[in-house]
Amino acid sequence: MSTVVQNNTQKLSVVNFNTQQQAVYQTEKLNLWYGQVHALKNIDLSIGYKEVTAIIGPSGCGKSTFLKTLNRMVELVPGVRISGEITYNKTDILHESFSVEELRTRVGMVFQKPNPFPKSIYGNIAYGPKIHGIRNKEILNSIVENSLRQAYLWDEVKDRLHQSAHELSGGQQQRLCIARCLAIEPDVILMDEPTSALDPNSTRQIEELIKELKKDYSIVIVTHNMQQAARISDKTAFFLNGEIIEYDQTNRIFTQPTDQRTEDYINGRFG
Amino acid sequence: MNYIDQTVVMKKTNTRRLKNKLAKGMFFLSTLFGVVVLFILIVRIISQGIGWIDLDFLTGKLSTQVDRAGIMGAILGTLWLMVVVAPVTMIIGVSTAIYVELYVKNSKVKSIIQTNIANLAGVPSIVYGILGLTLFVRLLDFGNIVLAGGLTMSLLVLPIVVVASQEAIRAVPDHLSEASYGLGATKWQTIRRIILPAALPGILTGAILALSRAIGETAPLVVLGIPALLIPFPGGIFDTFTVLPMQIYYWTLDSSLVAEYANLAAATIVTLLVCLFVLNATAILIRNKFQKKY
Amino acid sequence: MKVSNKDVNVRALINQQSKSKQFFKAMEKLIPLVLKGLTAISILTTGLIIFTLLAETLEFFKQVPFLDFFTGTELKPLSQHPEFGILPLIIGTITSSFIAMIVAAPIGLMSAIFLSEYASDRLRKMLKPVLEVLAGIPTIVYGFFAFTFVTPLLKGMIPGLETTNILSPGIVMGIMIIPMIASLSEDAMHSVPQSMREGALALGATKLEVTLKVIIPAALSGIISSFVLAISRAIGETMIVTIASGSSKQLTFDITQSMQTMTAYIVEVTSGDAPAGSTIYYSLYAVALTLFAFTLLMNLFARYISRRFREEY
Repeated sequence: MSTVVQNNTQKLSVVNFNTQQQAVYQTEKLNLWYGQVHALKNIDLSIGYKEVTAIIGPSGCGKSTFLKTLNRMVELVPGVRISGEITYNKTDILHESFSVEELRTRVGMVFQKPNPFPKSIYGNIAYGPKIHGIRNKEILNSIVENSLRQAYLWDEVKDRLHQSAHELSGGQQQRLCIARCLAIEPDVILMDEPTSALDPNSTRQIEELIKELKKDYSIVIVTHNMQQAARISDKTAFFLNGEIIEYDQTNRIFTQPTDQRTEDYINGRFG
Repeated sequence: MNYIDQTVVMKKTNTRRLKNKLAKGMFFLSTLFGVVVLFILIVRIISQGIGWIDLDFLTGKLSTQVDRAGIMGAILGTLWLMVVVAPVTMIIGVSTAIYVELYVKNSKVKSIIQTNIANLAGVPSIVYGILGLTLFVRLLDFGNIVLAGGLTMSLLVLPIVVVASQEAIRAVPDHLSEASYGLGATKWQTIRRIILPAALPGILTGAILALSRAIGETAPLVVLGIPALLIPFPGGIFDTFTVLPMQIYYWTLDSSLVAEYANLAAATIVTLLVCLFVLNATAILIRNKFQKKY
Repeated sequence: MKVSNKDVNVRALINQQSKSKQFFKAMEKLIPLVLKGLTAISILTTGLIIFTLLAETLEFFKQVPFLDFFTGTELKPLSQHPEFGILPLIIGTITSSFIAMIVAAPIGLMSAIFLSEYASDRLRKMLKPVLEVLAGIPTIVYGFFAFTFVTPLLKGMIPGLETTNILSPGIVMGIMIIPMIASLSEDAMHSVPQSMREGALALGATKLEVTLKVIIPAALSGIISSFVLAISRAIGETMIVTIASGSSKQLTFDITQSMQTMTAYIVEVTSGDAPAGSTIYYSLYAVALTLFAFTLLMNLFARYISRRFREEY
């Protein structure tokens, strides 16, 4: 029974890959273990260029793990083993010789809890460019302004750029973290439940922001909130127990899922 | 069918409560004992020494004549000792803490280093004196100079700095370093720009505590053969020197010959305690001012 | 809406930094090596301590038979016919530590009980810093206090007391280690889960009964480990006994007399300008090695006990 489903999902992703002109990410038979725990099982998935891809599923289904595999942050956990292939723009990123720093410069990440550095607002945004060797003050100034504008934060903070980032509200902090990630002009932004720690109003602002950002960036977002996935994503992948159960256009997943488990999850029968 | 006789229980309860009250009083008095002793010690030393402290005493040279003796040489020696101990322990201690906390992956290696640090912290200070005597004074032939004393003291207080720095580094939340890695920062960039600045208050507090331990220690310097004779003021780390605790030691020993030496010792203790108080107050200020911001 | 007329292309700028990238890469490899080297210093220190003590002690045993050293009751390093029995020093060390523990164990433990079980938060916040100050006072100051205050005080009570005696420094050493026992024991009691306390209190037990029957048994290994560490500290303490207990090398158990500890002997020999190579000079290392072995074993033992304790909850 499960093998049939397995085959189904594989077919689905193959179909997706063929119908799509460009994929930023492509994973093939991706498996991941935390020690003995098999956290990701044979994930085959392609992520579209300048699209918002939502990953949904109950807690512990591997969706965050998958996201962190895309920029290899998962390797910070001791005892992790990965097999299979992930290509980013047709480059194998799991290859030994591939520089993770290079990858993470091109792939930004926004975390579950807003995590600004204990620095000023300016210092937070300038951190990325600075570590990549940009020292010119004027250039840094304009990067900071551009990034904050893109995150719709500029008007709120332009008069207090040198105050501590921790004085901002939770929603502002999260937009600051998005701006921080935009400052090094990534191609892809990975978001790990970016609104789960925020109030509804801040959540709405972030969702608006994501819709704008999608014009220029490819976005992968892990979310607990199915309405959020439905509102902002183009494609949705449903993860369960480390497997992809279903992956399709968002409106199809939410209106006519092919797998019973997807339907059950979407209708709140488990979660 | 009543197994419990309420009147007996009530009676017993009263004696039990009385016992509890008496015990509480005894426990409180025990705790107070420390406070009282500290009070007596400080009052006693201050009252004995304060009359002997004046500008001449603080800035004067050592002298065999009681009313002309000064401790400038010992103060300078203590300062020069700090000049050696502070950077040496900071560099070695913080590096060790970074390496153990952030680079060592093998848990066995980590536990060996940790156990070693814990054991070093328990080695009697006089044993460090013997190490310093053998290694720095005799083998490397430094003689009784500030550098020899400073290096010996550095080894002695190193565990304090290591442990404090380890705790400070561990207290920096993972999500900060994750954010840095997520922006493509390398490990060292993350350590230098995110982890160390966040851990700095804790590290500094530990370093100051280590320094105050170093300037109050006597035994290792006695073993090194640091004199309290009429030596010129030290002008650098290659000069012979004496320190405040050594001065206290010799004056205390000689107080059985000349009673006033005890007063000089008390005056020197007051000076030393003031130095320690200033250092510790600084540590507390740092700790309070930079309370965790994340 | 991306800001359209952007004046900088960050991506291009980052890619231009290839030179600094190579530099960073080299740093990434170099820095762990430097850190490793500096970490090795602490390991090296342990190694050097053991090596120095062992090497010179071996020299000593070439001149003085091993058995004579450990069983000899006479210590006369400066006599015409020198004797090097360490027993007087060991007796002196044990006696002073024993006196210290008689003072520190009950007072330290009771302070810990008060701070952990009885004191209000406000009182605890006032008392703990006092103990910290007590712990931070240099030992030379305690030595001065023992010699110029406690000894004269005791002389008034005990007529036969000598000017240098083991009793006074023993008591002062006890005062010195009270904070150590109090704070380590309090930590141990504090980490007993609140639920255990509540369980007993709910049955109508008084605080005293909870403390004696629940808290202390549960925290026992932590308390014992604090005692062991305190003894080890007392054994290694130097200045108080050097100043206040003099340098008599007689084998005695009379606490009103002067007794020399191992640490005080080391001080005496090193301040006496013993020529390198003489038997006296080497005896220094043999005594130091004995001292080091004593304290190391006790510290390892304390660590072992408290680690077992940690696994209990």
